[in-house]
Amino acid sequence: MHVVIPYVIAALLFGLGVYGVLRRRNAILVLMAVELMLNATNLIFVAADSTIRQSLTGVQPEAWAHAAPEPRAGSIFALFVIVLAAAEVGVGLAIILQFYRLRNAIAIDEIALHEADDPDADDPDADGPGGDGPGADGPGADHEADDQEQVTT
Amino acid sequence: VTVADALMLALGLIAVGSGALVVSSSHLVRAGLYLVISLGAIAGLYLVLGAELVAWVQVLVYVGAVVVLLLFAVMLTRAPIGPSTDLDRPAGPAALIGAGVGVGLAALLADAFHWTRYDLPPTGTAERVGAQIFGGWVLPFEVLSILLLAALVGAIVLSRPDLGARPDPEAAQIPATVPPPDPTAESAAVVARLERIAARQANAQARLRQTAAEQRAATTEPATTEPATTEPATTEPADPSPTASAAAGGAKPSAGTAVQDALKGRAADVIFGAQSRRIPLGVDTPPEPGTTRDDIIEGTATETGPRRPAGGRPGSARSSSNRPEIEGSARGSSSRPEIEGSARGSSSRPAIEGSAAESSPPGRSGSARGSSNRPAIHGSATETGPTDRAEPSRRPTRPAIEGSAADDDQPTLGESRPRRGVTGPSNRPALPARDDKAGDKPTSKPDDKPTSKPGDKPTSKPDDKPEGDA
Repeated sequence: MHVVIPYVIAALLFGLGVYGVLRRRNAILVLMAVELMLNATNLIFVAADSTIRQSLTGVQPEAWAHAAPEPRAGSIFALFVIVLAAAEVGVGLAIILQFYRLRNAIAIDEIALHEADDPDADDPDADGPGGDGPGADGPGADHEADDQEQVTT
Repeated sequence: VTVADALMLALGLIAVGSGALVVSSSHLVRAGLYLVISLGAIAGLYLVLGAELVAWVQVLVYVGAVVVLLLFAVMLTRAPIGPSTDLDRPAGPAALIGAGVGVGLAALLADAFHWTRYDLPPTGTAERVGAQIFGGWVLPFEVLSILLLAALVGAIVLSRPDLGARPDPEAAQIPATVPPPDPTAESAAVVARLERIAARQANAQARLRQTAAEQRAATTEPATTEPATTEPATTEPADPSPTASAAAGGAKPSAGTAVQDALKGRAADVIFGAQSRRIPLGVDTPPEPGTTRDDIIEGTATETGPRRPAGGRPGSARSSSNRPEIEGSARGSSSRPEIEGSARGSSSRPAIEGSAAESSPPGRSGSARGSSNRPAIHGSATETGPTDRAEPSRRPTRPAIEGSAADDDQPTLGESRPRRGVTGPSNRPALPARDDKAGDKPTSKPDDKPTSKPGDKPTSKPDDKPEGDA
């Protein structure tokens, strides 16, 4: 088995995820691209877990790892990352739906990050045709936008 | 190249290819399904690499839950089914950075590991992974459970706008200042309806004034002749004024009550006329006066048809025949006792409705009505003729419309009739007698009662029957 194959696959998937996060405007598609990146890291974890013991030749096992004879730390990391990704998707979709309820749009490059300074400056751009009034999304939308940024980056 | 290498290459190709489609597809739903394929291929890679538990957890959590969540979000945000044009930003910098990251990482990893061959690790079973998790990794595991709980609560709090909502004075101010929806702003048809209602009320007021003036003249004329024999000089100049005729109640009781009834009727017309004549929104506009006048006549000839005019427009006929079904079931008990009261011929019957119905049969028989009734009654009326022509033309649609607004449909049908066809004194108390049946009834007109009974019953009964049956 050549371990470079899953490594390269993971690197390409991560590149695709970065491309998707930067390219997409739809927040749901951005979340999908984030999932691709998380899976790439998972793949690296699992591949490293299965080969790192053989690659570290000449090193005493007690010096680099847990004393267990077969450390499965990579798999456990992968499981943790999967759980984190599930939590991230749940919270991220809640934010996206709330933002859609406020603005009637889920294009993330229309989210105003400085809306508290001037509430009406960016409303003609951010509001959809059926969007609610300019006062309904005040500082709350700004808060949501900040959350959105934290999740997706 | 071993079998494992071939499997990994194939699965990696599938994963990368479908991942590229995920980030480049213009269909939202297809992007989600390509994500399923990509994640499934990655799960296959996990299997090849010996992480069996991770593979099945990947299938369960990612393919089973996360993608379903994403598709739910696609559904809830009302994403279009077809291709969307506004999903992407300009591809230049994104492609540059993505390609740089991917190729750079791939080059780094390829340079680090080269084409060295490794033995396939023994398949990690769930037992070993479980021992690891609950052995050395138990603290991160518990922290992860707390994080999952926090994510759960956070998603619920985020999804519910009533939880943790900060009092925003601006947002609270906006709904208070928003004016209620104006019915005139909805459409031109509503404006036309309101104008028609206003014109109808103006007509009714004009008729009221005319009949009041008529009966005033009729009552003051004998009043002037009678006192002229006894006191020729004093009462003659004061008599034409309505206050004198109303004040002289002892000599002329009929004149005083007639004027008061006229005033009361006018007030009731102003108060209740707008409500009873209101046309609710969403009902077809009444047809033009010239077109459906024949329909009224032939509909009333069969005694069942005024609610559904046969000719002209089938759409309006269907809408007007649909509505009585609802109103017939809705009012039921409120309108039935009146009709039964008229059928019994008891004293509870308002005299005015009787007189109204008495005059209504000639009215329904169409052209005979104008010649028989009107010259006797509206001798001086000049402008009531055109209103008479215009009024019954609205008859086929208006009862169906009024029925939903006013709870008793039948008296309004009879009530609009005596205002035209009957003389003043018997005409005016019609509205008070209908509106408060208990109080005004015995005092208004006891003498008209027996004559009204046979005329009222056939007109009210067959009109009410098709409502319940239709």
